Amino acid sequence: MPSHRLRGALFLAPLALYIAVFFGYPLATNVGMSFREYTAASFYTGEAPFTGLENYARLLGDPLFAKTLANTVLFTAGSLVFQFGIGLALAVFFQRRFPLNGVLRSLLLVPWLLPLVVSGTVWRWIYDQEYGVLNQTLLGLGGAVERLTGWAPLGGEGIAWLSSTDMALASVTIANVWVGIPFNMVILYGGLQNIPRHLYEAAALDGAGPWQRFRHVTWPLLRPVTAVVLMLGLVYTLKVFDVIMVLTNGGPANASHTLTTWSYQISFTDLDFGTGAAAGNVLILIALAFALVYLRSGRTADEGGAR
Amino acid sequence: MTKARSARTTVAALLIVGVLLFPLYWMVNASLQPSTALLETPPRWVPLGGTLDGYQDALSGQGGALLNSTVVAVGTVLLTLAVAVPAAYALSRFSLPGGRTMLFALLLVQMIPGIVMANSLYAVMNTAGILNTYAAMILADSTLAVPFAVLILRAFMVTIPRALTEAAEVDGASPLRVLVSIVLPVSRNAVITSGLFAFLFAWADFLFAVTLNKDDAMQPVTVAIYRFIGAHTADWNGVMATGVIASVPAAVLLVVAQRYVAAGVTGGALKD
Repeated sequence: MPSHRLRGALFLAPLALYIAVFFGYPLATNVGMSFREYTAASFYTGEAPFTGLENYARLLGDPLFAKTLANTVLFTAGSLVFQFGIGLALAVFFQRRFPLNGVLRSLLLVPWLLPLVVSGTVWRWIYDQEYGVLNQTLLGLGGAVERLTGWAPLGGEGIAWLSSTDMALASVTIANVWVGIPFNMVILYGGLQNIPRHLYEAAALDGAGPWQRFRHVTWPLLRPVTAVVLMLGLVYTLKVFDVIMVLTNGGPANASHTLTTWSYQISFTDLDFGTGAAAGNVLILIALAFALVYLRSGRTADEGGAR
Repeated sequence: MTKARSARTTVAALLIVGVLLFPLYWMVNASLQPSTALLETPPRWVPLGGTLDGYQDALSGQGGALLNSTVVAVGTVLLTLAVAVPAAYALSRFSLPGGRTMLFALLLVQMIPGIVMANSLYAVMNTAGILNTYAAMILADSTLAVPFAVLILRAFMVTIPRALTEAAEVDGASPLRVLVSIVLPVSRNAVITSGLFAFLFAWADFLFAVTLNKDDAMQPVTVAIYRFIGAHTADWNGVMATGVIASVPAAVLLVVAQRYVAAGVTGGALKD
């Protein structure tokens, strides 16, 4: 029925056009910009001389490149390990049956639904050096220790969570872990629910303890879901922008810049759009490399959206 | 499991949830205290004798920003559904050449880092002369929502029995007619879910708003908060009240559409 198909194609046409205009064309523009000296003036004059790989050379030669790349790796690895670990522990915990289980589980989703700017703002207040609840609590505890032992663990001073170059990256990572826990928990919880109960019962009959059941039943059967969660977490963490901007703006002294925030700074603060585009393309290559690994690892387009 | 034991588990669960949601409590707590009270040691753990001044400030100072966010979010929902519903219908009902490629492309584009989209959309929208407009933010925000919505809607529409639509086709109904009178009513829940998430993505957007719009009168609440804490770090009361108000759509979403949210998290496994 060719005419039937043709009519079907008409329904798909807006999406095809949309993808071309809002993904295809901008991305092509981005690649084009990365080979040109594209400054703020270029937007008005239209002049952007072709400079070949100069933007990429400048980018890779910038001492900040190595630093932000290292930050990105630390931020991403730290976020993934703790989001996943805590998310898995919670998912296992909520497998138990107890009153209010469903309500509490959905309450845990709230941090995931909140605008990231709001979450970042809350953490900024918690981390506030003088009046933040974190330092107030730590100093209170430190004071108690000092009264008892005469030894002052913090020397009576709060930790500069966001304004010290040693702590800033760790602080933004902690906030980002908090944001990501619900996502990990929900997907892992779903994965755990799909493991047939009788396998646990059989293992228990064979005398396997809780740890052995986790090690030999849960963990191997959860592997496909684990792969999905980690891969999505990775792609997602590479993109994190709002949390870092609100907490530190990438500072102090670039201590918490990742490739994402740095590429924003190059384009929209330094107004060097060409080099910013080059930085974006490096980021895209990293993300796409992992995305392809993920897409090839068995989840095909057919399941997309459904899980 | 005995009753006593499951009650103990509930207590443990309450503790866990309490710790994890403490930052949210702390936001609400600060939103209800006068700014001077927030600069006391030790902190006030409960907002006794609190004030609603923060909310008054937020509504009078950020009312415009909240309105901007609403306009952009509603616009994004409409645009997203207008593109995604017909596309999902086509992908689920007609075996079209290139259909699989399209699905793969939708998965892939969700992995593009937002900053790359912002950088390139800035150039494109500058050429089109629509920087600093609602349209720029709506179009940009829809790039977050459209792929997600097509995938969710298609996954649902595939499960609608063919017999249902074929019967109507035999009776001479056009594809549009089948979409409007059969597929859409049956897919109501999936449409609501994708619409709600489109709203939330746009409402929460910060990156596109901060890059594509330089006009203060147009800025959404996320950018307003960001600028506010940059300028007056001392007024935590007002900032937190604005934060609470900005969180309302998320809370509403959780209450109204609770059963769809979990589906959205997993279905949108490929969301940003």
